[in-house]
Amino acid sequence: MSRAVEFLFRRKGGKGWHWTDIVTWVWLVGGLFIMFGPAVWLVGSSFKSPAALAEFPPTILPYVTQKATVEAYDKPLDLYEVTLEDGSKATLAEVRRIGVVSQMVDPVKPGEIVKVNIANRTPVRQMSFAAENYTEPFTHFDFVRYLWNSVFVTVTATLITLVVNSMAAFALSKYEFRGRTFAMLLILATLMVPLSVIMVPLYSIVSVLGLFNNLWGVILPTVATPTGVFILRQYMLTIPDELIDAARMDKASEWQIYWRIILPLTAPALAVLAIFSVVWRWNDFLWPLIVLSRKELYTLQVGLSIYSGELNVQWHFILAMTVVTMIPVVLVFLFLQRFITTGIAGTGLK
Amino acid sequence: MTADVPGRTGLSLSELAMVPVRLAMSFIDAPLRWVQKTFGLGGMATFFLLPNMLIFGIFVLLPFFINFAYSMTGGTALFLPDRSFVGTDQYARLFDCANYLDPNSCVEDTFWTAVGNTGWFVVLQVTLMIGFSLVTALILNRDLRARSFWRAVFFFPVLLSPVVVGLIWKWILQRQGLLNFGLFSFGFEPHVWLNDRTWSFAATVGVSIWAHMGFYTLIILAGLQAIPKDLYEAAEMDGTRTSRVFLRITLPLLMPNLLVVIVLVLIRAVQIFDEVYVLTGGGPGTSTLYLTQYIYETGFATQLRNPGLAAAASILMGVVLVVLTLLQLGLSRPSEKKGSRK
Repeated sequence: MSRAVEFLFRRKGGKGWHWTDIVTWVWLVGGLFIMFGPAVWLVGSSFKSPAALAEFPPTILPYVTQKATVEAYDKPLDLYEVTLEDGSKATLAEVRRIGVVSQMVDPVKPGEIVKVNIANRTPVRQMSFAAENYTEPFTHFDFVRYLWNSVFVTVTATLITLVVNSMAAFALSKYEFRGRTFAMLLILATLMVPLSVIMVPLYSIVSVLGLFNNLWGVILPTVATPTGVFILRQYMLTIPDELIDAARMDKASEWQIYWRIILPLTAPALAVLAIFSVVWRWNDFLWPLIVLSRKELYTLQVGLSIYSGELNVQWHFILAMTVVTMIPVVLVFLFLQRFITTGIAGTGLK
Repeated sequence: MTADVPGRTGLSLSELAMVPVRLAMSFIDAPLRWVQKTFGLGGMATFFLLPNMLIFGIFVLLPFFINFAYSMTGGTALFLPDRSFVGTDQYARLFDCANYLDPNSCVEDTFWTAVGNTGWFVVLQVTLMIGFSLVTALILNRDLRARSFWRAVFFFPVLLSPVVVGLIWKWILQRQGLLNFGLFSFGFEPHVWLNDRTWSFAATVGVSIWAHMGFYTLIILAGLQAIPKDLYEAAEMDGTRTSRVFLRITLPLLMPNLLVVIVLVLIRAVQIFDEVYVLTGGGPGTSTLYLTQYIYETGFATQLRNPGLAAAASILMGVVLVVLTLLQLGLSRPSEKKGSRK
């Protein structure tokens, strides 16, 4: 045992512990709890029944009070572990509670009512995962629609982003033409015009084009990302021009050069942009909130925010829907996180 | 290649899926060869650039320019031709204050409340964000076991959507939430955090830091890793104190990178909206009403919407952002040159 502890706390080169080592571990372990804790708590809560969610203090795992159907009573009654006056223990069902006295019956012999002080009873609890939090939104709400809308927007926007941005990046990296610098500056300048600055006129343009209350109105304004053009252009600049010259000598058309030489060679950068784009579009909120006002067109993010802003928030459904909304992003995090982190470190762009 | 694998014959599934794409591409090729023959390489360059420029033009540049026109018109009509020209009235209205230090004395008091809130938010959030990200990056830059795991830990919330972030924390900060449970088990009174003006403001600052600090940590970490290791080795040989190493080596060499990060955080902080909108909705009262929400509500959400006023406010915000972005470009240019010289 002590050797195991020694092994865990050994330091490289046999050096002792410095105060910065302690700060490091406190910071990292604290970070682990603060960064993952809230999301884990959300997932745990999403399996609780409404009754369990309303409890304070809350339990870590989803427990519910066991119920029993008793003859002559319409509703199932809560079961309690009771210590009777003579010191013996019994499992009784509660009929009603008046002040500190609880009226109870034995579920097996429901005839006689036993009065018990509430201090002498503890509820019979069992763990139960409320799967209906997940299944009911799919059947009772438009949740499937929202999910479909989000998937449609994300996939379509990402595909268009990849094609349009790679074409522009190809032109800007491999052709000499008048106005190239101007086009580059123009794209750079759009970094300065975020949505929050142009949302009023953008809304009117989208309406004039007949794209208000239309998923294409969400997709189109987002697909020409300056960041995308930037990442792809930087990458294409590293592809040697000799390849293109050789292809031209073999009578390849420019489109074929783009499609069969440049695109396959840009695959790593395209992958990074695709991952970025999926996360961006999946998470988009303000613009869909403005463009989509019909319920059946909401994306997941908009639907969630609308439901959670209602007066009587049905938290058990909201929590479960939030978990479902998190899933794609968590998958990206688990499997593709390395691409994103190297992408950000390389370009400094999000 | 896959066809050579024993037990598999014919096309693999992914190759099969590519067949229609291949077909489409060769169909496009024929007319494009004609374009190439007629207009030359320059024509092809235009063709490749066109879709992107068209979308930029329609959905970014055009709105950018008509935004000025919007800010000069009044009324509730949405389409520009239906709106009446009012000159600089909207700006005058925004700036119509008896006392500029007191938002309540202004005609558009909510605008100035939003400006004030955003100002405080930016100051607090940027300072704390840089502090936390810097410390985390310094720690991650140490000789750690499983560094990529720890880096991922701090990066996790960055990928979450703002709506999910808002809901996660709304759930923790509510009356029966985890925070109150924690306080309760240490014997403190539970508190309804988001109903309290000061605490809900603090919550928006804290939550936005939680959600984004991993991103900036990553950039700072990249900057730290670019500092030559031999400098540290030399310092260690001289027995230099840790604090001195930080102040004399790390900080000066990190400065260009750090300045870019600061401006980036600033730009994002000025536009804060999504998480806050879900978490507090701008409330209680107007205590967490920030600029973007003011523009959104003035332009779209309220009964008496005023797109002209919203446009004017958004242009004022745009001016601030343009100044910040130019600052960032100016700051990042020299570091780029340094990189290319290597």
